Amino acid sequence: MQQFANPQRFVRIAKMLTPWLLGATALLLVTGLYLALFVAPPDYQQGDAARIMYVHVPAAWMSLFIYACMAVSSAVAFIWKHPLADVAAKASAPIGCVFTALALITGSLWGQPMWGTWWVWDARLTSVLILFFLYLGYIVLWSVIDEPTRAARAARILALVGAINIPIIKFSVDWWNTLHQGSSVFRMDGPTITSSMLAPLLVMAAGYNVFYVTFLLIRMRTEVSQRRLRTIRLGLEPVPA
Amino acid sequence: MNEFFAMGGYAAYVWPAYGVSIVALIAVAIVSWREMKRAERLVDLSQKAEASRR
Repeated sequence: MQQFANPQRFVRIAKMLTPWLLGATALLLVTGLYLALFVAPPDYQQGDAARIMYVHVPAAWMSLFIYACMAVSSAVAFIWKHPLADVAAKASAPIGCVFTALALITGSLWGQPMWGTWWVWDARLTSVLILFFLYLGYIVLWSVIDEPTRAARAARILALVGAINIPIIKFSVDWWNTLHQGSSVFRMDGPTITSSMLAPLLVMAAGYNVFYVTFLLIRMRTEVSQRRLRTIRLGLEPVPA
Repeated sequence: MNEFFAMGGYAAYVWPAYGVSIVALIAVAIVSWREMKRAERLVDLSQKAEASRR
């Protein structure tokens, strides 16, 4: 890990990886959309409305995964003072926020025809809404605190405290009565979803994951540049002749 | 083809769900890329400015 600690080295590696990651993202998402819309069968109960699953479920997974990444990065920043850990967490937040919004919107669009309502205040939906506000709060914290080290500290604390919400979301469908269906992929006894629906779901999920990595690296480069800009303007950085 | 767009009567829910997902991801991609380009250009510019001042 230490060899990636140098931000300039990180930028060099990120630049090298970006074209490949962009290609992989495009390939996975185009394949995923094709499988989801043309190949996957309609559900025997829900018909074609079940196709919303292929954009809803991966977005919901990403909303949890990205928040977990932010919490881990924040812990790393606290413990090892790794110079890129705060950068990674900060760069992740807007992407996670968008995936959470997508999970809520597509879920609502699925809920209306299937449950007869756009929204219910049950455990799953409410805890995901809280996740959305945690992301917003995290983003706002960085922007309202001027002094970078204080902003970083406050953001880390919020990310770590908010992480309590992650297992609550995951197990909300088991702990409380809810309209939301239980898990059919990540189960102790293996997936219960049929393979012709699982394949497009996993390709879309892989596409969303690679999308995250791709734009995480791009957003981290932005953040590294902005930090350098600050040091250059303060006259602190030695300038190559 | 019409049958495909009808989505078994759920077109009003399926297409907005896909539409908002695609638009949101493309927006994140474009905004992130532009911010990165802008920030890296500013670093280059200010490095040159600093170097010429010395």
